[in-house]
Amino acid sequence: MRQRLAWTAAESLPGRLEVLRLQGVPAEADLPPRIGALLEAALAAYLETAEPRAVIGGISREEFRGIYHGEGRNAPETPLETVLAGAERLALFVATVGNAVTTRIRDLFGRNEPALGAMLDSVASAAADRLAVLLSARFLGTEGGAGANGTRVLAYSPGYCGWHVSGQLALFAALDPGEIGVTLNSSCLMEPLKSVSGVLVAGPAGIHRFAPAYPFCPECRDQSCRARNAALTTS
Amino acid sequence: MDILKEIAASLERGEDDRVAGLVRQALEERCAPLDILHRGLIAGMDVVGEQFRKREIFLPDVLIAARGMNAGLDLLKPLLAQEGVPSAGRIVLGSVHGDLHDIGKNLVAIMLKGAGFDVLDLGADVPAQRFVDAAQEHGATVIGLSALLTTTMPVMKEVVDLVRARGLTGRVKVIVGGAPVSEAWAREIGADAHGYDAANAVERVRALVAAGA
Repeated sequence: MRQRLAWTAAESLPGRLEVLRLQGVPAEADLPPRIGALLEAALAAYLETAEPRAVIGGISREEFRGIYHGEGRNAPETPLETVLAGAERLALFVATVGNAVTTRIRDLFGRNEPALGAMLDSVASAAADRLAVLLSARFLGTEGGAGANGTRVLAYSPGYCGWHVSGQLALFAALDPGEIGVTLNSSCLMEPLKSVSGVLVAGPAGIHRFAPAYPFCPECRDQSCRARNAALTTS
Repeated sequence: MDILKEIAASLERGEDDRVAGLVRQALEERCAPLDILHRGLIAGMDVVGEQFRKREIFLPDVLIAARGMNAGLDLLKPLLAQEGVPSAGRIVLGSVHGDLHDIGKNLVAIMLKGAGFDVLDLGADVPAQRFVDAAQEHGATVIGLSALLTTTMPVMKEVVDLVRARGLTGRVKVIVGGAPVSEAWAREIGADAHGYDAANAVERVRALVAAGA
């Protein structure tokens, strides 16, 4: 079933530590007051401008395999293929924090406010990731991260973990997220920029665990799989 | 304290609001604009850049200092132009065609300006030909290309090929950067350098210019 969802900007507001991590500030750092003030200003700017919304649609494993194959440009072996084998339910999703945030970021750079612009950019990126977490909870039917019998939902996205970014074409064709204002350009880049897309995979926690030892892993600067794996182990 | 040292120290301390005022004061005290630029603004930003490379300060600290640097530069630019003072080098910069991500490119532009380079920022979604046209038109010796998508990285090769096709190899050098871009990719397409991050990009551009780009 296909659903359109919306949240308030406050509901999608990311944690301060996550924003600072994206700015390269470690969690244990002694935060100078000027950076703290910058962070608060960026969070306030996000609350003023964000319009978080999403579209989500359930899909069978067989249907998804066709979408995942996409343009045939995925890596020869990917973790998602293994994950899919143990999946109980799947849903495609596209979510965005809207275009006004991006406009504000560009405006800040244009007005010689690069520190605030870059901080707001990190807030918006972290917020877009948070939308995937909110969607996962909604898909699972609980507000927490784990469902009954240890079922977990995690999001996987084109452009990561061997799923070629051209996979966006099939995903967008299947879900048609135009109604929330998200489109693809010729490079498979989503507009508004601060958007996320992919597949939500529900299944036992164990199916989501994988070692980051694929040929494409050394080139990956994201490395978020490590934190995800750790969270699966500790919860 | 010497006014120029005070400008540098203000940048280092992140007192960006004070910098423009100090530059004005230095001009009133008849300091040469070039001295203010090199011994005040660039000296301060060099320390900030070094602290950032050593991870003693963070990206927001650098950008707060850059705000002060830009405010000071705005006052100096017309005077430097009047005196015909050359910059550290002229760079054409942009995110390649199909890529709308510009934060990384903006950070590189800010750091380059802070190091005294004259940066012509073409923005995002820039076709290959426009980079090379701009470099020729404005006499730039380095073209900086940013891409955040694997699907847009081939445009970098188009730029390198076009530089070669127009006989500009050696005179115009190409540096590439962005999350999916690696040193190996730079070598594969024949680019002259790869910038791992904004601070590294400045070092690499300096080296390219010093080598006679």
